[in-house]
Amino acid sequence: MPHVLLIEDDTSVRDGMELVLRRHGHQVDAVGTGEAGLELLSRPRAGGIEIAVVDLMLPGIDGFEVCRRIRGRGQLPIIMLTSRGDDLDVVSGLEAGADDYVVKPITGRVLEARIRAALRRAGPVARTDTDDFAGLVIDRAGLSVTKHGAPVPLPPTELRLLLELSAAPGRVFSREQLLTSVWEHDFLGDSRLVDAAVGRLRAKLEDLPAKPRYIQTVRGFGYRFGPV
Amino acid sequence: MRTRTRSRGKPAGTAATGSAARFRPRPPRLDGLRGRLVITVVVVALISAVTATGLAYEESRDAVLKRAQSAAVEDFRNRVDRLAAELDVPTDPRTMARFASDVSSGLRGSLVVAQYRDYTASSDPSADRTRITPELRAAVRTRSRISLQRVQHGGKPWLVLGAPVGLDAAGPRGSGGRLSGVEIFAVVSLAEEARDTADLVHSVQTGLAPVLLLSAVLALLAARTVLRPVRRLARATRRLATGELTIRVEEKGRDELAELAHTFNETAGALEHSVGELRAQEALARRFVADVSHELRTPLAAMTMVSSVLEEDADQLTPDAAHAARTVSAETARLARLVDDLIEISRFDARAVALTVHEVDLAEAVRGTLAARGWADRVEADLPPGIRARLDRRRLDVIVANLVGNALRHGAPPVTVTVRAADGQLSLAVADHGPGLAPEVAPYVFDRFYKADSARTRSEGSGLGMAIALENARLHGGTIELAPPAPDAGAVFVLRLPHRTESAS
Repeated sequence: MPHVLLIEDDTSVRDGMELVLRRHGHQVDAVGTGEAGLELLSRPRAGGIEIAVVDLMLPGIDGFEVCRRIRGRGQLPIIMLTSRGDDLDVVSGLEAGADDYVVKPITGRVLEARIRAALRRAGPVARTDTDDFAGLVIDRAGLSVTKHGAPVPLPPTELRLLLELSAAPGRVFSREQLLTSVWEHDFLGDSRLVDAAVGRLRAKLEDLPAKPRYIQTVRGFGYRFGPV
Repeated sequence: MRTRTRSRGKPAGTAATGSAARFRPRPPRLDGLRGRLVITVVVVALISAVTATGLAYEESRDAVLKRAQSAAVEDFRNRVDRLAAELDVPTDPRTMARFASDVSSGLRGSLVVAQYRDYTASSDPSADRTRITPELRAAVRTRSRISLQRVQHGGKPWLVLGAPVGLDAAGPRGSGGRLSGVEIFAVVSLAEEARDTADLVHSVQTGLAPVLLLSAVLALLAARTVLRPVRRLARATRRLATGELTIRVEEKGRDELAELAHTFNETAGALEHSVGELRAQEALARRFVADVSHELRTPLAAMTMVSSVLEEDADQLTPDAAHAARTVSAETARLARLVDDLIEISRFDARAVALTVHEVDLAEAVRGTLAARGWADRVEADLPPGIRARLDRRRLDVIVANLVGNALRHGAPPVTVTVRAADGQLSLAVADHGPGLAPEVAPYVFDRFYKADSARTRSEGSGLGMAIALENARLHGGTIELAPPAPDAGAVFVLRLPHRTESAS
């Protein structure tokens, strides 16, 4: 039974979401402020929480800050709730570490699908081999990445993106392909999700994120792993 | 030209430079104010100079001639009176000749002709005597006094004097004097006097040119003082017309032009104020729509979230409650769509939209749009492969979905989508085979909430779809046009976008 942390300040929206998520079999901790949510995460038994759904517009510390603090303490997947449809909000949220976002009003079905997809990204993958790309070691069985021996902790979405790209070094993936395979979005997924995740991944993997070695941009087409 | 621009608001920079570039000062024109003023002043100066000269010339010529004339008459009379005493009648030609030359010598050598009965004596026999006209001879014959006539001969003025010679000293003057029967004529030259007056005219002529030049210069200076403020006003008016409402002109002096400048400034101020008010009101109205939409979104978020619960459990409700639950659920979804569109159009109004551009395969994108909405079977798509362009895929989807959705709802099948690329332009035509749009409806199809069919008060769309599609096209630097009606086609909407590719950008 997936355990969801829901941070949403509007009581009706929060109650509605809690209701729907419970009906879909989730265990839900619903709070009204970012402070309360972070406090919940810091409790000893918080290990059970598998995903956070965070509204961006919150009283007190806002959703962006909540995202940053959650990312600062671990690799919990985060889905942002935006109510503005404001492009800048989406970009800022993705930069703060969110894995995905939904725009309110949203149906329970869509939210549930996004949560499931995010959780699947943390699950096991088909291949179980280990690759060493000039010091960057990707262990597909242990779902871990090390660079020159030092572990590189990655949230599920970034890890899954890296696995997807590195599974076929040199092959070009379009943003649409990645949205479908990694995020499980339909064809109209927001390509900024891919760009933001690539940016975060480069910041952790590359020596010079401005001159990427591992994840390279193929202008006009998408991204490619290597050649290293 | 100096203009004061108020610091409030941003100066219409592009409009200002644009107008400055467009409105070059024109070359001076003859029919312009300056030309007219100069011509008028010069003509007035010319007329007054000529008139004054003319009058002075008349006066001085008359005076000169009169003086010359009376001097000649006096000399003539004195001479004749003195010499008449030596004359006896009947006389002989020799005496007559001597008499004539004697008179002549007293008149500075003028031609003198004496006549007695049928012979004539002249002081200069070779001289032309036609200057003594028959009229003068007749006058002398009938009158006892000195007669005189001015004649032109050989291009020179002459004064011809004539008198009957009396035997007594008082003869020619008194009526009682005895006449000798001798008539005497003298032809006195007036060339000197004519030259004097001609000199006057000549000096006026040489003086006229500098006077006219001076008056022209003065007229130009006068025109400048009038024209400069006029030109300044003209330029300010043009800039005002291009939307630079902060433009003002300098109010210098207290004349009518300064008054005009003041009026202009007042007008510009009033215009700026009312335009500002209108803009503020419009912004307020748009802001209101945006705020309302956002306020609606939160309750809608809660309703949308739980409406699926109503739908899922409707089967367990009584038929009426189930119907109500399904209606609430469906209408909630619709309301959510409407609010979404309202927020979207508000963001276009507030220019808070941005493109996320990537190179897109057009055929693939259009096929995706049709497939995602389950329209693939209902639409005939002519999509040439390999057309790639830099576009915002999501916005392209909105455009295509709205155009195709509109055709499916309001037109008749088959609906076709045709993509072409030519001359740096992409075109995507969506056509249906219905009756097409009535000409009176065509201008309004992109208007918000415009409903072609007034009977259908509610359609499946929000009423904003076409407006949003057009805004999205414009955001790409493109446009959507309604093709002119053709006999075998229904309504045809053509999306045109600039064809940019990765290598070309």
